[in-house]
Amino acid sequence: MAVAVPAVDGYVSEFVRSSADRSRRDVPWLGDLRKVAIEQFARLGFPTIKHEEWKYTNLAPLARTPFRPAGVHDGPGIVGEKLKPVTFGMLRCTQLVFVNGRHASRLSWHRPLPAGVRATGLAEVLRDDPMVVEPHLGRHARSDDQTFTALNTAFIEDGAFVHVPKGTVLEEPIHLLFLSTPSAEPTVSHPRNLVVLGPASQATIIESYASLEDGSYFTNAVTEVVVGEDAVLHRYKVGRESEQAYHIARTEMIQGRSSNVTSHTISLGGGFVRDDVNTRFAGEGGELSLDGLYMLGGRQLFDTHTKIDHVAPNCTSRELYKGILDGASRGVFNGQIFVRKGAQKTVARQTNKNLLLSNEAFVDSTPGLEILADDVKCNHGSTIGQLAEDAIFYMRTRGIDEATARNILTYAFAAEIVNLVTVASVRLKMNELVLSRLPYGRVSKEIL
Amino acid sequence: MALLEVRNLHARVKDKEILKGVDLTVNLGEVHAIMGPNGSGKSTLAQVLAGRVTFEVTEGTVTYDGKDLLVMKPEDRAREGLFMAFQYPVEIPGVGNAYFLKAAVNAIRKYRGEPELDAMDFLEVVNEGMKLLGLDESFMKRSLNDGFSGGEKKRNEIFQMAVIRPRLAILDETDSGLDIDALRIVANGINSLRGPDRAMVVVTHYARLLEYVTPDFIHVLADGRIVKSGGKELAMELERKGYGWLEEEAGRPPSGR
Repeated sequence: MAVAVPAVDGYVSEFVRSSADRSRRDVPWLGDLRKVAIEQFARLGFPTIKHEEWKYTNLAPLARTPFRPAGVHDGPGIVGEKLKPVTFGMLRCTQLVFVNGRHASRLSWHRPLPAGVRATGLAEVLRDDPMVVEPHLGRHARSDDQTFTALNTAFIEDGAFVHVPKGTVLEEPIHLLFLSTPSAEPTVSHPRNLVVLGPASQATIIESYASLEDGSYFTNAVTEVVVGEDAVLHRYKVGRESEQAYHIARTEMIQGRSSNVTSHTISLGGGFVRDDVNTRFAGEGGELSLDGLYMLGGRQLFDTHTKIDHVAPNCTSRELYKGILDGASRGVFNGQIFVRKGAQKTVARQTNKNLLLSNEAFVDSTPGLEILADDVKCNHGSTIGQLAEDAIFYMRTRGIDEATARNILTYAFAAEIVNLVTVASVRLKMNELVLSRLPYGRVSKEIL
Repeated sequence: MALLEVRNLHARVKDKEILKGVDLTVNLGEVHAIMGPNGSGKSTLAQVLAGRVTFEVTEGTVTYDGKDLLVMKPEDRAREGLFMAFQYPVEIPGVGNAYFLKAAVNAIRKYRGEPELDAMDFLEVVNEGMKLLGLDESFMKRSLNDGFSGGEKKRNEIFQMAVIRPRLAILDETDSGLDIDALRIVANGINSLRGPDRAMVVVTHYARLLEYVTPDFIHVLADGRIVKSGGKELAMELERKGYGWLEEEAGRPPSGR
């Protein structure tokens, strides 16, 4: 099943080379975690398209690229001004900036946060207070059958750590900005994030992955999210990597009783993107809204797999992913919903809709439901289509030219997702990004 | 010079010839009704004039305001003052009525070298039209025709006409599927938009609309040709006798209606 042993060996020997350095810093449980992970990675290797989870996405180009570990620096040459295009204008938020996966405190800023809230780099916590993360790190995003999670876990260095204590409400969002600085040789970083919301707490967390310049690099991110009882999480992920970049990310969420999560993913950048979002309802009465928009062109590839695991009864999940594909781009949607035995009164809705703007674009959509309980309300569906010619004609008969009509319709398709974003300045930015990526030049801003 | 001059117009879809030599002259200020049985080519004529490419014009000419209409793109026809109210207005989810209409009005104004309407001016024009068609404010916030009832869709077409103010309006079966209240509202809208600077071509299957909108001329289209023209009294005759006798005159066996 595995290919490219030399590439796998490259990562393993890099692990061995740098292990002395790490073991000086690591607490014992972290050292053990790494050791297990690198063994899992060596055993699993890079999956081929024969692997069910990678059926439509060929990893060979990634597997044969010799990525070197991205250098440690806080991004000299990156000044606040340069971050403008990848931040959210007037949004009042705490912003943690990571350069090549490492927390750059020089570029970060903190707004006043309620007592007990932590928003900082994971490296700092592993150094000063490892007990806090021990119950969670590597416990939720299991790596026994996940090559990239195993690889990330073996190389855990830094990333975001957010902890909101019981009953605390964050009024302002936290923006986690992951920047990559491409160099002449392809580099890899493994951001590792941990978000823990205590019972009855509330937070809005935005993750952005971006690069200020074009170049080939590989971001291999893993995020574990623990949402306590009655807690509320609004999560946004904005994918704006370089179009030559590889981005593989996994978000593993666990939801406590009566927790409420909304997750919005907007993926515009990246040459090769794989985004896995999984959630598990561990307690009764949980709710999840899982939305995504991918807008692709050129030779971009976006592959998303989502898993929603209804373990507990009386939980509701609603999922809507939409794709707009132009050029020779490729999209993959794979959604799995499991309703376990005993998860009665589950409500699960899953929809994937795709708009193909060119004859060369291609999408594979596989919605899926597996139901082992008998008193549930579940449905799923997917569509793949083109812009409606009768709608274009209708608009033209009202004086609107053809290119604008196509743009308006394309925008309208995307807007359904963008409008779900409740943070105004984030929504505005999303709108701007969507408009700037419309294939027939810019539509007037009045459309907003 | 006539506003619209249709001469010997032939059109087909794939191998099927639908229009077989239509002649029609429309002057500013006139209202023409085109009647005829189902399948006679009424809607095809309307769509060909609006620029739908599904139909291929194989013969004949259409002159609009002295220009060759058939070489113009649909949007340019609209910008030159031609408007078609659709028999089946298209639902466009996600595109707001207000946004759409403003984009349309300003595209037309830009083409004519006029300054774009600002929000205030636009609102004024819109409010007038809404009053005319008995629409409330929430209407503008909804997506274009999305989830509208049949009557709402038809009202929206006439509302758009009221805002766009075309020189030539082609109303394709605007009366079909309307209950009597909606029919009265739509007819009232049409009547108040009649004037010396505007011409209308009302395509209809039933004479019902013509009880409220009195045309200057009535033409009967049968088997792709105009087989009879006359004044408003022709409507009554058609109502009484049906279309069969005219289809026979046109050299086709009656359709049995």
